Amino acid sequence: MSNVGIVIVSHSPDVAKGAADMVRQMVGQGIPLAWTGGNPGGGLGTSVEGILGAIDAAWSDAGVAILVDMGGAETNSEMAIEMLEPARQGKVVICNAPVVEGAVMAATEAWSGSDLATVKRTAEELNHDLD
Amino acid sequence: MNITQARIIIDSVARRVIAHADELTELDQAIGDGDHGLNMRRGFEAVLADLDTLAAGDVGALFNGVGRTLVMKVGGASGPLYGTLFMQLGKSWPAELNAQTLHATCRAAVDAVAARGKSQQGQKTMLDVLVPMCDELATGADCAALRARCAACAQATVPMLATRGRASFLKERSIGHLDPGARSSQLMIEAVCDCLENAG
Repeated sequence: MSNVGIVIVSHSPDVAKGAADMVRQMVGQGIPLAWTGGNPGGGLGTSVEGILGAIDAAWSDAGVAILVDMGGAETNSEMAIEMLEPARQGKVVICNAPVVEGAVMAATEAWSGSDLATVKRTAEELNHDLD
Repeated sequence: MNITQARIIIDSVARRVIAHADELTELDQAIGDGDHGLNMRRGFEAVLADLDTLAAGDVGALFNGVGRTLVMKVGGASGPLYGTLFMQLGKSWPAELNAQTLHATCRAAVDAVAARGKSQQGQKTMLDVLVPMCDELATGADCAALRARCAACAQATVPMLATRGRASFLKERSIGHLDPGARSSQLMIEAVCDCLENAG
């Protein structure tokens, strides 16, 4: 698929899946989408392995935008990006945006065929709305 | 340091963290999300389980492998932070170990942790122990001095206001609690010192 892919990372698998459900209902099937949540032991937290798997699942040559909830989700996502093969690293970005609203906004932008930088910018515009 | 000595150190660090997992979790329940001990135990149990494989190469490869295991298995922010520490130690481990190269290697690793966490000393984090550890190594300190400085620095996080990490959400309510990351760093450094002192 040529549209930018979206990855949702939350400490809670329920939150991540719920946000992904909202994206699918509001934006539809026109974008690659994956979610991951929970730590490697099954509790609340995030997993680099899980994030790498989600990036793979939502992979698009146009790139992948990641939405994270807080703290370790961001740090683990940065770590996951650095562990990708070099050719892929530059095509994955983390959006500084609220996870649910950001995912819907990013997915809407991605569905219209925008490039990765535009998708990221659109998600991050939410921060200005919140100020 | 040869691979046998390095393996003993990693084994000791892992067992020390696991033995204190409940204490770390209690500290984290006060000012974090209460999972530091659980996460660190899971990570270091994976290290112990894989130790034969991890220690099959040289010292650099061992530290790098420990770091990768922590990144993959810990699950909280401490995974990438401690993972980065060990991975960077592994990447820059010197062929010839002396006071200067040890200091330079540790400094590079702690700088990498600071970059990963977008943090610095004074924010009530593990860096409040790790940075002074490097400062001590720069002076050629022995284990007794290192142990004393790191214990004092961990305790010095108690009155600090957290400005990074989950504890920063609590603002002034973070004051009065020992930082769990500072404590886990102190525990690891003590475990290393014990090994070095036992080796004479």
